[in-house]
Amino acid sequence: MALKGLDIFKLTPRTNCKECGNPTCMAFAMKVAQGTAQIEACPHMSADALASLSEATAPPMKALKFGAGDAELALGGETVLFRHDKTFVARNPFAVTITGADADAKLEAAKKVDYERIGEHMKVDAINVEYTGDKAAFVDAVKKAAALGRAVILEVQDVDAAKEALAAVGDAKPILNGATPDNYKEMSDLAKGAGALLGVTGPSLDAIYDTVKALEEADNKDLVIDVGSASVKEAFANAVQIRRAALKDGDRSMGYPTIVNVSKLGGGCPHKETGLASLFTLKYGSIVILSEMSYAQALPLYGLRQNIYTDPQKPMTVEVGNYPINGAGADSACVLTVDFALTYFIIAGEIERSGVPMNLLIPDAGGYSVLTAWAAGKLSAASIAKFIKDADIEGTIKNRDLVMPGKVAVLKGELEESLPGWNIIIGPNEAISLVKFLKERYAS
Amino acid sequence: MAFTKNPQVFTAKVAEVTFGTGDSAVTLGGESVFPLYAFDQEYAHPPVVGIDFSDKGPDRDIPGVAEFYKGAESLADVAKRASEAEGASFVSFTLASADPNGDDAPIEESVAKCKEVADAVTKPLVIQGTGNAEKDGQLLGKVAEALEGKNVLLLSALEDNYKGIAVGAVLAYGQKIAAESAVDINLAKQLNVMISQQGVKSESLVMQVGTATAGYGFEYVASAMERIRGAGLSQNDDMLQAPIITPLADETWGVKESIVSEEDFPEWGPAEERGIDMEITTAVACLASGSNAVILKHPASVKTVAGIIADLM
Repeated sequence: MALKGLDIFKLTPRTNCKECGNPTCMAFAMKVAQGTAQIEACPHMSADALASLSEATAPPMKALKFGAGDAELALGGETVLFRHDKTFVARNPFAVTITGADADAKLEAAKKVDYERIGEHMKVDAINVEYTGDKAAFVDAVKKAAALGRAVILEVQDVDAAKEALAAVGDAKPILNGATPDNYKEMSDLAKGAGALLGVTGPSLDAIYDTVKALEEADNKDLVIDVGSASVKEAFANAVQIRRAALKDGDRSMGYPTIVNVSKLGGGCPHKETGLASLFTLKYGSIVILSEMSYAQALPLYGLRQNIYTDPQKPMTVEVGNYPINGAGADSACVLTVDFALTYFIIAGEIERSGVPMNLLIPDAGGYSVLTAWAAGKLSAASIAKFIKDADIEGTIKNRDLVMPGKVAVLKGELEESLPGWNIIIGPNEAISLVKFLKERYAS
Repeated sequence: MAFTKNPQVFTAKVAEVTFGTGDSAVTLGGESVFPLYAFDQEYAHPPVVGIDFSDKGPDRDIPGVAEFYKGAESLADVAKRASEAEGASFVSFTLASADPNGDDAPIEESVAKCKEVADAVTKPLVIQGTGNAEKDGQLLGKVAEALEGKNVLLLSALEDNYKGIAVGAVLAYGQKIAAESAVDINLAKQLNVMISQQGVKSESLVMQVGTATAGYGFEYVASAMERIRGAGLSQNDDMLQAPIITPLADETWGVKESIVSEEDFPEWGPAEERGIDMEITTAVACLASGSNAVILKHPASVKTVAGIIADLM
């Protein structure tokens, strides 16, 4: 388990050769103990020391990748059960499931969701192809799924069908989800041969655990665990217990990402699938598979995922610039707020609700809320004037009305000096009053 | 070698608060496990879902809501219909017209409406005030008086009006109250401490710790609730053990994703479906983070979320 820096130091050559990039072996050992350096960075460790150390310093949950090129997705590598303890790292891909029978229509539908939200490209991240007994149709669907340029999951327990499907996707690095207590040896060989992750499934968590142990002994640790679909309660219990065993109890054999197939848990109801996808986004699905992904489902689910995977130490920010709303143009007035994403979204939403065309100006304010940014010196008359100049606002917008957040009314005088020709207007203190404010002032 | 199960059952537990009367009364809290971990230990009182409508009537702009309340015109009829919603364990009635920044309806009028609703419903009742500290401070006490014996849950007591509500609603008339704070464990604890100092016992106090719609800063909500539950259960902090109730319909039905029309955003599809999925996603996320009760408004959301809770228990 977790080794102390001194224990690691005893195994180093203690020559302070600096080849690892650290000034002393002691400094290096401390970094390894904290998890900020990898033991392999030292070229002079003995093989024995290396083996015992890499085992002891390995992260509690494997960090894996699947999919190739632009479709590559990161899984696992989580170190905490609650995001406030540090942060979650690998946002859960959302996949949709297809079969040989419905591949064309569902793949076409899967392309529809495609948008940007705070710098993140939202789309169906992966396609799950389920084998239903018709090998030719399955392989055909697998090819079509791979051609879509998304990561692919092969849900198949039949070894022959798995072999053909893997051959069909080439080097797309899929997940082969179908290792059971009965077939895991053959499936493991197939997955290794194709560079695929192997999904382990079974009738119970005990059976899954034994299969994982057997695979680890056969030297395959590129695994993901399917939490099963016997019932919602069991799938949730498995997802939580797997993650908890790995991160709290230090059981490495549970330290793998999970697959949750809510299309098999939702009883055919899209609303229920949405609710279950929400549940497993919080607690602890590494990949969540739905029947389909409509915009109605994507908008809340991708937004939730973006929130939950935000690093608590680094607030979400929007890009600096001008965001015209309600068809605003050069003649529309300006509203200014900060680049903290939550503030931006609330202000943008209120302006949209007002129906008044406004240019929403976002300067660099360090990702803080209005008052915090002001108190930290990140939102000042000078920083706003610099932004107006750098973003060439005066060149692109003719209107000279600038509505400021009411909470920083104190900046008015300085701003009038820094921005000659502008009409500085103090807006409301709270976003909720903005609709009324804008309507009264600008709606003709 | 079998997997070693290691259930996390704490010695501390979430406090139990019962509202309503008779067979339909609802108890919130009582669990000694993290949210929804019924596999660690069975819940005596599973989380519940309530259905909300305001005194201006249900939101009939939403087709599914209009259909559900079709033919129910009087407040009493609407309240009866709400009681019948599949999956709803309680009814929530919001005094929207009492808002001093809106219609500012007189207190007597609001109290009369509460009586009409309370006499019509067959399920436990939550009354939501206006959110305006001054108005609610006067209003909720009068409502508590008028509904004596109904054991209703009043939302909510704020930092600026808790004294009057604690004394006027709980101590004088035996009602239950929720202490409302803004997505912060310290603010939540501080208000619970102050309300307790007024003599309000844990069996009468629920927390409303704030919410956000999925995508709109929900990470703060998840972390605030998880930290509150963590402190209450693993550190046995009895000032953070009150059950959590989360009204979220107004928030989730107010964001762009739920309201812009299909004409303006054709690729997004029908607005109602978006609103329902936003309400469901946010509700389930609140329950997974620590809410013992959520309050929704669309009957389809109520049914779906209650179904998911039932599956998990």
